[in-house]
Amino acid sequence: MARSLKKGPFVHFKLQKKVDDLNKSGKKKVVKTWSRASMVTPDFVGHTFAVHNGKQFVPVYITENMVGHRLGEFSPTRFYRGHAGTAKDRRGR
Amino acid sequence: MPRISGIDLQTKKRGEIALTAIFGIGRARAIEILTKLEIDPNERPENWTDDQTRSIRKLIEDEYQVEGQLRTEVQLNIKRLMDIGCYRGLRHRRGLPVRGQRTQTNARTRKGKKKTVAGKKMAPKK
Repeated sequence: MARSLKKGPFVHFKLQKKVDDLNKSGKKKVVKTWSRASMVTPDFVGHTFAVHNGKQFVPVYITENMVGHRLGEFSPTRFYRGHAGTAKDRRGR
Repeated sequence: MPRISGIDLQTKKRGEIALTAIFGIGRARAIEILTKLEIDPNERPENWTDDQTRSIRKLIEDEYQVEGQLRTEVQLNIKRLMDIGCYRGLRHRRGLPVRGQRTQTNARTRKGKKKTVAGKKMAPKK
């Protein structure tokens, strides 16, 4: 077993606590977080996180498919809206 | 001509090479398959006995995911990435390299043939 597996997935402890509280009380609330490196664990499913991208908080609704990814993957930090003069439509995101 | 998983194998190549014509089987798996069945990997498909061909076909069908099935799975994995809106998915949607490669130059495999932009200055000559 690799050492990284033994240590288990990384979730920032404060974030984990907030999620635990939400699960205990059964409430749904948007959780603001800067912890982009935290891994999405199964107990996150169904919650919405506001993940900071360096400028603003991007709302991310967690579905089952997202387990195992990290929060930062859902909150892009760069936006490319195409070059000036390119007629082609480019969807910014 | 031995036909395995819907692919006609080249008869004149060495067995371990001929098997790699199947999508999902490379050198490592080809050798693995042939050693498991105790067939000499140097033996060419034209010299395989019917029994051997049959046993190879059966082993591949039973234990490996190849061709259409495998392609479907790969496509589903990509689709999943695109659906959850993660960074890798966005890169797939845009047809850009997914694993952090540079895109200022190169990346032609993903981006396709060069699209020349009118009015863009050429790199200055040294």
